Amino acid sequence: MCLGVPGQVVEVNGLVASVDFWGVRREVRLDIVDQPVEPGDYILNHVGFAIRKIPAEEIEETLALYEELLQAAESDMMSADVHGELEATAPEGDGHD
Amino acid sequence: MTSVGTSKISGQAKELKFRDPAQARALSARLAGLCDEIGRESVQVMHVCGSHEQAIARYGLRAVLPKTLDLIMGPGCPVCVTDMPEVDEAVVLAVDGALIATYGDMVRVPGTAKSLADAASEGARVEVVYSASQAVELARSCEAEVVFFATGFETTAVATAAIVLQDDLPPNFSILSAHKYVPPAMEIVARIPETRVEGFLAAGHAATITGWGLFEDFVDRYGLPVVVAGFEPLDILAGLVRLVELIRDGQAKVENMYPRCVTREGNTVAQDQMWRVFRTASGMWRGIADIPNGNLRLREEFAHLDARARFDIDTRRLRAHVPSKLTERCICGTIMSGLALPTDCELFGKECDPENPVGACMVSSEGTCKIWHQYGGHPEL
Repeated sequence: MCLGVPGQVVEVNGLVASVDFWGVRREVRLDIVDQPVEPGDYILNHVGFAIRKIPAEEIEETLALYEELLQAAESDMMSADVHGELEATAPEGDGHD
Repeated sequence: MTSVGTSKISGQAKELKFRDPAQARALSARLAGLCDEIGRESVQVMHVCGSHEQAIARYGLRAVLPKTLDLIMGPGCPVCVTDMPEVDEAVVLAVDGALIATYGDMVRVPGTAKSLADAASEGARVEVVYSASQAVELARSCEAEVVFFATGFETTAVATAAIVLQDDLPPNFSILSAHKYVPPAMEIVARIPETRVEGFLAAGHAATITGWGLFEDFVDRYGLPVVVAGFEPLDILAGLVRLVELIRDGQAKVENMYPRCVTREGNTVAQDQMWRVFRTASGMWRGIADIPNGNLRLREEFAHLDARARFDIDTRRLRAHVPSKLTERCICGTIMSGLALPTDCELFGKECDPENPVGACMVSSEGTCKIWHQYGGHPEL
């Protein structure tokens, strides 16, 4: 519950962004993000909210850990927490604005 | 609205450059050198984050630390420090007919007499959610009073705050806040007379919200260095190197070793919302101590959303319950205070395991006991 998960913003609609997480699009709220975001930006999602816009030059370093974790076995606890972070986002079309 | 095409995220897994074994060996050697320079039998440092412990245990990092460097987990699991009376409040609300929505780890945490899972097995309505927004959706979709039992540190409290500040919340939605605020707990650990902690590794994503500047006051008052670190194995090793350097030099200061996610001032938008919605309150952290200002409670102006103001939550009927003999032998609090390891507990892996947890530390994926049970904690060197 302390590990945010990065994703790339595809669309912005008011306070809701459609975000690509490894090919899956989910809706993330933008109420508390630190800077305005636009399509193409990367954000750190935690429990359904973007908590930081990740600077573009730093994204590759940030992604590696998660890519390995997402490929790990379902029973792996840290991997399960990362999957939980994705579950915290809304399926597309569900976000209330 | 505009869209972008290809995403780096959809692409192939990147080379794990932070898992570079040569870099890991270099950092490990550097730590050994530093500990030799310090020349003491043991140097103890504490981290305060379940995700750090997961990474440390999962990647076997303790195996590459010098024997004299003692890396322990402190009160870094918000579910674990949620006190029994707080669980009792949720249980009473559930038994009295409210639908309790909460994060999954909370469901099996024992209260005085029962957990939310126990209440659910007796007919109460308890739903697992992954976000506060999903709790709001539940309220929109039913007639029942939906109470979001909100747990977590700053990183999660800011999300609850953003929900509170939405203007179209359904009338049957309220919040039972068990949110915790980490900095005061670090102070309590620093003040424990028998503590051997000489420095703290601070959690990267909590600091993303609060900023590393938050720790300056702590450093000034307790004379202990704090290093903010990320979650990659090499992030953690690099953070430890810097922390042990500061200990060697007798320098009490804050260093940010996770600049790609953490700034000095942090996320001020989120902080503003958090402090508009919450005030700090003193209260017990389960098994550890009464922590001044360690709890986050809704401010008076949000009383209409505060389950404690909205309902008469009488937990007295649960208090007559006598805790089981096993519960009395649980040492979760001592472990979270940094004074014992899970393997010091006579119940660990025997009477207490993830299937039949005695204490909260064996319930939550951020609990030291559960993490050690899955990954092993301290590999034999």
